Amino acid sequence: MDKPAAKKILISPVTRIEGHAKITIALKDNGEVDQAQFHVNEFRGFEKFCEGRMYTEMPTITPRICGICPVSHTIASVKACEMIQGIQPTYTANLLRRLMHIGQNISSHALSFFHLSSPDFLLGYDSDPASRNIIGLAEKFPDVALKGIRLRKFGQEISERITGKKIHAMGIVPGGMSYPLTIDNQQALMQWIPEALDAVQTGIRIIKDFHAANADMINSFATSPTMYLGTVGPHGEHELYDGLLRFVDAEGNVLQDQLSPTRYLEFIAERAVEWSYLKYPYYKPLGIEKGIYRVGPLARLNVADRMKTPLAQAEFLQFRALGNGQPVHGTFFYHYARLIETLAGVEEAAMYLQDPEVTGTHLQTFGRWNNATGIGASEAPRGTLFHHYETDDSGKLTMVNLLIATGQNNPSMNRSITDVARQYVHGAEVAEGMLNRVESAIRCYDPCLSCSTHAMGKMPMQIDIVNAGGEVLRSLQR
Amino acid sequence: MKKKLATVWLGGCSGCHMSLLDIDERILEVAKLADIVKCPIVDGKPFPEVDIALVEGSVTSDEHYEEILHIRKQAKVLVALGDCAVMTNITGMRNYFPLQDVMAAAYTHSPSNDGEGMWPNHAALLKLHGKVLPLQSVVTVDVVVPGCPPSADTIFYVLYELLNDRMPDLSTAQKLKYG
Ligand code: SF4
Repeated sequence: MDKPAAKKILISPVTRIEGHAKITIALKDNGEVDQAQFHVNEFRGFEKFCEGRMYTEMPTITPRICGICPVSHTIASVKACEMIQGIQPTYTANLLRRLMHIGQNISSHALSFFHLSSPDFLLGYDSDPASRNIIGLAEKFPDVALKGIRLRKFGQEISERITGKKIHAMGIVPGGMSYPLTIDNQQALMQWIPEALDAVQTGIRIIKDFHAANADMINSFATSPTMYLGTVGPHGEHELYDGLLRFVDAEGNVLQDQLSPTRYLEFIAERAVEWSYLKYPYYKPLGIEKGIYRVGPLARLNVADRMKTPLAQAEFLQFRALGNGQPVHGTFFYHYARLIETLAGVEEAAMYLQDPEVTGTHLQTFGRWNNATGIGASEAPRGTLFHHYETDDSGKLTMVNLLIATGQNNPSMNRSITDVARQYVHGAEVAEGMLNRVESAIRCYDPCLSCSTHAMGKMPMQIDIVNAGGEVLRSLQR
Repeated sequence: MKKKLATVWLGGCSGCHMSLLDIDERILEVAKLADIVKCPIVDGKPFPEVDIALVEGSVTSDEHYEEILHIRKQAKVLVALGDCAVMTNITGMRNYFPLQDVMAAAYTHSPSNDGEGMWPNHAALLKLHGKVLPLQSVVTVDVVVPGCPPSADTIFYVLYELLNDRMPDLSTAQKLKYG
C-alpha cells in the first residue's frame, strides 16, 4: 500500500479514463467510518425515450437494458402488455417462457460463479490478478473452467433452441410465444441435463469447501441484517417466473404475503441521491432508514418456504439451517444461494421439458388495448424486476417506470461496503486487503453490470477516503 | 508472437460481451493466440498497447470520450462491436430528447420517487453528453461488426481472422445482419 497522502486531493488522470468502480468512504469527526458511497456510473434514459412509442414495442426495446438478463426484462414487459390487453398466455407459451427464463438464470449464475467468482476461491484472493480469471482458471483447473463454460452454454442454448437467438431473442410476445419448440430441440436440450447437473454440483462442492476452510471470514463478512423481498408461488414455494411477492423482516417474520406486483407503489419508494446514477429504493411503510431490503438469490431463498424440486430442496434445508430459524444475513452466502437456484433451474428445466405440452403449437392468445395501466414483474437473476407503463387510448406510452433488481440492492451494497470499511479503515489508516474485501462484498451481489459499474472482473477500483469536511485524505486505486 | 487483445464496454447493455462469451469453449482457442490484457471479465490494469480492441457501446459521456481517444492511440485495429458502437442503436434513442428531460423522467417524475431526492451530481460520476455518438464519429474505426448483438459465430470469425493477420470479410448477409 502506498503511504497516506493526508490532506491532499488525488485525482488521477488515468483513472478518469479507465471506467473504475468508484467508492467514497466518508469518515466522522473522530476518524471512524461514517458511510461508504458506491458510485454507480451509468444512465441510459429508457424511462424518457420510450415515451410516445407503442407499448407493444417494449418487449423488444427493454431487453436492451441488459445483455445478461434480457429475458427477465422481456417477461416483465410482456406481462405489463398483457395487463394492458387483459389477456393471459397459453399453457405451452408459459412453459416455453419458463424454460427461457430458467436458461437465462442458469447462464447468468454460471457466469457469476464460475467465470467471475470461482477464480478467487480456487486460485486464492491473493493470487496474481492477471490470471485470476476464467482463462487462468482453465490453466490450473481445466475441468472446472470447462464445466462452468458449458453450464453457461446450456443456459444460453435454451433460448437459441426455442427462438433461434441467444441474446435479445425475439419471440416472447404479449399473449404468448411466436415460435414452438421442435421435438428435435426438446431432445437436444434433454440431453444436456445430466452434464448440467454435474456442473452445478461441482460448483456446490467448491463453495462448500471454501465455506469450511474460511468459516471465520465468511461468518463475519458483511452480516448486517436486512429485510428481504422475493416472489413465491401459491404455496410459498420458490418462484422466478410467475407468483406473488413476499416481504420478510430481519427476523424472518412475513410482513406482506401474496402481494400482487401491481401494488408495488404502495410498498416500495425510492430516493435519488447526488452521488450515484442508481436510486435508493426502500420498503415504504418503514421509511428510508429502517426499510432497507435485499433482493436476489439470497433474498429468494430467505423468503421461500421450499423449493419445487428434490435436489434443490435438500440444499435449501442446509442453507436455511445456517440461519437458525432466522434469515441468512451473511452476504457471502449469496454465492451458495445462487448455486442452489441454479440446481433448481436444471431440475425444473428437465421437468418442463418432459411436459407433453412443451412442444405444443397453441402458442398465443390475442388482444388489443383495453387498459391504460400495465405493470409486470419477474425475478431476474439479481432480484425482483418491475416494469410499469401508462398508455393513452391509442396505446402510446405516456409514462414508463422501471425498478431494476440491482437498484433495490443498492442500499445494502453500500451498507456491506460500509461494514467492510468499518473493519479495515481507521482514519487514513487502511489495513492490508481492504480493496479485495470491498470488491468481494460487491461481487457477492453480482450487481447488474449494465445498470451499474461496467466492471465485472477484477474490478478496477478507486476508493477515496474523505473526512467530515469532505476533504480527500487518501485515494487508493488499482 | 502472441497478440494482445482488449475488449471494452462503453455505453451499451453488455449483450455484445455476452455474445463474445457465447463463443464458449472457443475462448480457450482465442487465449492460445492472444493474451486478453483488458476485458471486463479479466482485469483492471491501465489500457496498454494492443493489437486488437473490440469496443461495445456508444460514446455517452466525458469518460467514454476520453476513453475511446485513448483506445484509438493504443490499438492497432479498432473494432466497433455491435449496433450501439456502429450506429448508437437503443443507446442513442435518448438523442431525440433534451438531456434535462431524460434525467427528469428518472430522477423527478418517476412515480416511485419519494420527492426528497437530488439529481446525481458528484465529482466521481461521469458527465453525460447531450448527444450519444457512435464510435466512428469520434475516432477512425477499422472494422465494423453490426448486430444487436452480433452472433457469437460472427464475433469468433472476426477475431480469428484478425488474430491471423487477415481482414475479416463481412460481406455475406448472414454476418452483416442488423438487430
Ligand atoms: S448492440 Fe445490442 S447487444 Fe450490443 S450493447 Fe448495444 S443493445 Fe446491447
